[in-house]
Amino acid sequence: MRTRFMELAVGVFMVMGIVALILMALKVSGLSTADAGDKYTIKAYFENLGGLTERAKVSMSGVTIGRVTNVYLDAEDYVAVVEMEITKGMSTLTTDTSAAILTAGLLGEKYIGLTVGADDEYLEEGGVIEDTQSALVLEELIGQFLFSGAEE
Amino acid sequence: MLNLINKILDPIQALGQAALASLQAFGRAGVFLASSIMWGGPGSAGFGDLVKQIYSIGVRSLSIIIVAGFFVGMVLGLQGYTILSDFGSEAALGTMVSLTLLRELGPVVTGLLFAGRAGSALTAEIGLMKATEQISAMEMMGIDPLKRIITPRLWGGFIAMPILGLIFSLVGIWGGAYVGINMLGVDEGAYWGNMQASVGFYDDVLKGVVKSLVFGLVVTWIAVYQGFDSIPTSEGISSATTKTVVLASLAVLGLDFILTAIMLGSI
Repeated sequence: MRTRFMELAVGVFMVMGIVALILMALKVSGLSTADAGDKYTIKAYFENLGGLTERAKVSMSGVTIGRVTNVYLDAEDYVAVVEMEITKGMSTLTTDTSAAILTAGLLGEKYIGLTVGADDEYLEEGGVIEDTQSALVLEELIGQFLFSGAEE
Repeated sequence: MLNLINKILDPIQALGQAALASLQAFGRAGVFLASSIMWGGPGSAGFGDLVKQIYSIGVRSLSIIIVAGFFVGMVLGLQGYTILSDFGSEAALGTMVSLTLLRELGPVVTGLLFAGRAGSALTAEIGLMKATEQISAMEMMGIDPLKRIITPRLWGGFIAMPILGLIFSLVGIWGGAYVGINMLGVDEGAYWGNMQASVGFYDDVLKGVVKSLVFGLVVTWIAVYQGFDSIPTSEGISSATTKTVVLASLAVLGLDFILTAIMLGSI
């Protein structure tokens, strides 16, 4: 009876460990089981990222539809390249979709906001967004403001 | 003159003696670990033994881990809220609580509690076995005490510790959510949503589990070695138990820095 209780307790303990790992994966880290295979990657070129990093959100009308997977500098054209994964559910992004780097709140994280265009062709795997708007860099903005103030 | 030279040389000799002794102890502990693990997988000394060890090391540490985790999470929620609300970013509370717990506090505090709760018990148990000559009796009967006593305990600690660490973090995140959402009025969606946006399964959860595995192995290793190597008197067992808690706690804190540096990739 004693060993039965002990074995049961250890069994429950192991199950708790597995459940904790699954909860961590699904509820805390937001790892979705339907992750693999139903995403496609598109690219966008920006002049200035202003603090956009990997894993940043890609959203449209405030709804998250994807994530930034890679950020690097194009060594020939000196522009920042952002690769992002979009869920297959949003496969109807037109080729003239525009992308802007926005900030959540005043000091919040940077994310990419997409605005759909009017074309009737859709972006596919590896597609490039042509119409982009760089991040607002506060220092540049203040510089411009001071400069235009001095001219008057 | 000779007297003066001796006076200078004596402390240097003492230093050398101490260094040699600790090096020897370290070597013995290494051989000890290698030979106990070489006895094979977790079930090599009988599956029943392993279950018994996981029960006494893991299951019976569960209550202290859950209570401690909940309180640590609640304190993190309270402190985090106070700091973050100065910057108007209470919405980041979930991120702060979960990352702190998963990356640092979960594995480290569990390791410290584990050293105090399970490590000291292991040392005392094995030390008493040695003092009552049970270990010598086993050797006389041709049973290898390493295989019979040490191996299942090492594996038990190695298996139990990551589970305890995960449960600690999970309960802590709930504790933070309880204080943040129910008592301080942080938006529930922001708490969980921001957490999911910034916690990575491989980067944060699994790296925390790796830390727990390392701590589990090191703490159990120190505990069983100190027990096995103790002087078989009541005084010897008491000093071995103290040594276990001190050394294991220091090892957890020191290794945590090294592991964090490796994982963040900055060294």
